[in-house]
Amino acid sequence: MREELKAVIKYLKEYDGPEMNIMEVCGSHTAAIAKNGIPTILPDRIRLISGPGCPVCVTPSSYIDRLIQLSMKEHTCVVTFGDLMRVPGSETSLSAAKGEGARVAMVYSPMDILDMAAREKETTFIFAAVGFETTMPVYALLVDTIVRENIPNIKLLTALKTMPPVIDYLCRGGAAIDGFLAPGHVAVVTGSDAFEPLAEKYSIPFGVSGFSGPELLIAIAGILKARGEGRVMNFYPSVVTREGNERAEAMIDRYFDVCDASWRGMGAVTGSGRILKKEYDWIDAGSRGLDEDRQKNRACRCGEVLMGKIMPTECPLHGKVCTPLNPQGACMVSTEGSCYSWYIHHRTK
Amino acid sequence: MKQTIAMVHGSGGQATGELIRDVFAKAFDNKTLNLMEDSAAVPGSGTIAITTDSFVVTPLEFAGGDIGRLCVCGTVNDLLMRGASPKYITCGAILEEGLDIEVLRRVIYSMAETAREAGVQVVAGDTKVIEGHGGMYINTAGVGFIEHGAVSAAGARPGDAILVSGTMGDHHAAILGERMSIETDIKSDCAPLTEIVRNLTEGGIHLHTMRDITRGGLATVLKELAEASERQFVIDEELIPVTLKVRDFCGMLGLDPLYMGNEGKLAAIVPEEEAERALSIMQHSKYGENACRIGTVTDGPKGQLIMRTEIGGERDLDILQGEGLPRIC
Repeated sequence: MREELKAVIKYLKEYDGPEMNIMEVCGSHTAAIAKNGIPTILPDRIRLISGPGCPVCVTPSSYIDRLIQLSMKEHTCVVTFGDLMRVPGSETSLSAAKGEGARVAMVYSPMDILDMAAREKETTFIFAAVGFETTMPVYALLVDTIVRENIPNIKLLTALKTMPPVIDYLCRGGAAIDGFLAPGHVAVVTGSDAFEPLAEKYSIPFGVSGFSGPELLIAIAGILKARGEGRVMNFYPSVVTREGNERAEAMIDRYFDVCDASWRGMGAVTGSGRILKKEYDWIDAGSRGLDEDRQKNRACRCGEVLMGKIMPTECPLHGKVCTPLNPQGACMVSTEGSCYSWYIHHRTK
Repeated sequence: MKQTIAMVHGSGGQATGELIRDVFAKAFDNKTLNLMEDSAAVPGSGTIAITTDSFVVTPLEFAGGDIGRLCVCGTVNDLLMRGASPKYITCGAILEEGLDIEVLRRVIYSMAETAREAGVQVVAGDTKVIEGHGGMYINTAGVGFIEHGAVSAAGARPGDAILVSGTMGDHHAAILGERMSIETDIKSDCAPLTEIVRNLTEGGIHLHTMRDITRGGLATVLKELAEASERQFVIDEELIPVTLKVRDFCGMLGLDPLYMGNEGKLAAIVPEEEAERALSIMQHSKYGENACRIGTVTDGPKGQLIMRTEIGGERDLDILQGEGLPRIC
């Protein structure tokens, strides 16, 4: 182990300063924190809280319902990433619908849909475009190809969300958060400067972090040391710059407008989404107005978990009615979901 | 012209006979099978181990193996893990209409070659044809003789060493890469573990428990052994062998190598004082070059599997939950 890392671990283990609540707003961070056993290294006065950082977890039920409805239509195939398959809508999931005859295909890259559409011209392929700034450039690229090649049988059902507005929403709501582990992959696109206004406004430190154990520990230590300071620290300089990827951002702006978006269990957040521009309505499979959010199980407290108000284990369903094999809420489905991560790692703090 | 399987190949008449003679009997060629009796009559033993397994993998052929090699390895390895020497296997093939007969021939010849490598005879078989899209499935039953006492999942004792025979996740990553059309040069590790187990047994190693690391991966297998043995297993992350390629592949898809299956690896729990010798035996056996020690059995909380992470944290591991789907971003 490198000397620097040893010193960081010693600093964290011996930390006896004021209590600190640090929120990670990226599902991959949530998963990496558990995988590396980071909570077992930190003293109790440093609490890591998962935020709304798992894209499938924050997607409202009406979106899933609409997707299921489309997948059951004749000559229609819904194309998606794996994670979305088992997310419950208001009644059922895509995976269950598939068992009842719906056509759903799983892909690794959204661009795979181009081959599928070329092979089967009589079928309309609908990409379930869910995600944050990280995946948005690829969707923009897909739209760009559809527009340039005038492809009639590919459409997108979008639920696209952006990080800074929802962080603002959480802070404005008075969440007890003393620092943020800023999402490394999102920051590749947005640049670390996207978090500067928030850091200043709320006098909270932001540490942009990578995804390995050592990177996370170094970022957490950095955030502790900057307590009360409104600044952004880039602990992931190998891939994150201050400005971000301007070409990718321009591509997103070309095809998508900023919109208000509905977050599962949280409600509408002003300016926190992206939607296809009006002139590209012909590519949209009906993404507007999918705001309704009806839980499969009314006792599910995913919303409060996503806002960091409760720990997953404080939900009465956690590990009892709600397990990865029988998820009641989206946070128990995705490998990036906080309930899933806490459950499979028997995490208690 | 490409010849494919048609419903007539399952009729039980002339076409079935020709297919069996031309492909299966030629490939497996042994005295017992050649008699073409209704069932195989073979010499026996005092205690026998019996297992059965069905293989439904797609694609039928993949980097490092195919469904034919896979079905022998899966069956033989299950027998070996019980302390049995594999002797006979059966081959029940369900073929879908439209299957390319050349593909069938290749996988059945591969099955025959793997059976020879593993030291088992294919002594009985059956072929059925169903409607479909050119796929195939194989069910195998296997029989082995238990000559030196059975090995049980419940045999781990405090202080025992936990060994694995090689790198984790290769088979799973190879198959997933093919299914998702991701170009990798990861090869399946599908292999019979006959030589490793024979050398360990003949070397006088007391195998307290042993299991092949298949679906569910290392974490699932060790958790099950810890529960069956009512012991705590403690393993070290930095000692778990994973190739760089598999590590990168998993990183890209958000998968965890600890939960990725193999088809030619085993975990063996042996007494501490025999650990070094067992390891050396494994490393000098075919398919065991990368064997290493990854942890220890303790008398901590029963059934617990703890991994000490590279940064000094602890991760409480459970069996695989759900399907292990690739993540979204």
